[in-house]
Amino acid sequence: MNEPVTPVDPDVDVHAPAMRGELRPRAWPVLAAISAGGVLGALGRFAVSVALPHGPGGFPWSTFLVNVSGCLLIGVLMTLIDQVWTGRRLLRPFWGVGVLGGYTTFSTYVLDIHTALRAGAPGVALAYLAATLVAALPAVWAGGALTSQALAIARRRSERRRQR
Amino acid sequence: MTVLLVALGAAIGAPLRYLTDRLVQARHDSVFPWGTLAVNVAGSFVLGLLVGLPADAAWFAVAGTGFCGALTTYSTFSYETLRLVQDGSRFYALANIVASVVAGLGAGAAGLLAAQAIAG
Repeated sequence: MNEPVTPVDPDVDVHAPAMRGELRPRAWPVLAAISAGGVLGALGRFAVSVALPHGPGGFPWSTFLVNVSGCLLIGVLMTLIDQVWTGRRLLRPFWGVGVLGGYTTFSTYVLDIHTALRAGAPGVALAYLAATLVAALPAVWAGGALTSQALAIARRRSERRRQR
Repeated sequence: MTVLLVALGAAIGAPLRYLTDRLVQARHDSVFPWGTLAVNVAGSFVLGLLVGLPADAAWFAVAGTGFCGALTTYSTFSYETLRLVQDGSRFYALANIVASVVAGLGAGAAGLLAAQAIAG
């Protein structure tokens, strides 16, 4: 069987042996970490939505900012888990599946588009649909690339210090 | 009070996303992220239903903002799409974007229509 080096699904990828087996021997620590992280993430999203309200035909800035920043942060997180925090059982469930999964939302994104359409603002609906997609993917990439760069610089510095 | 209701919904929604994702993935052997697609589409339908039904603020905080918000995810969807591109599966990446947006919007519309039918 072909095992991918890095899992495609950061929540849980059953192709990755470590993730496939993470509910054994006990499932509850993992599920509790996801649940607690999900609560924190959702409260963060709720706080942003209260701070940046929008009318039915207005651009949903709060959900846009939440989703794009959450994408940047998952890029950062998965790179750190890959390169620095390896082998910590509850880190990805708490921060990735829980906090960032609970913070970002697909359902509100979809319903924001419908609300703008029904309010007679198809331009806003289309702009929001496209802008989120166009910003989210580069955000994941940038989060990962910047973190890798920062880690490489830190490694080179510590290497030089050791040689002195 | 609203904060507690959002927290309660999210406490259930986030682990349910994880468990559903596992369950769906265990039933196929492809790199296409069916699990995340499934939760995002299901959550969009439920939120459409909630938005379309006569508003009750407390109920919406638990089931809409908390539960549906935490059940669905944009960070996982984007991360998976980028991973597919980096793995050379550009077709799957594009298919994931198109399927998620089209099926998500369809599910949201179906939820809104179902709510209209229920509310009369």
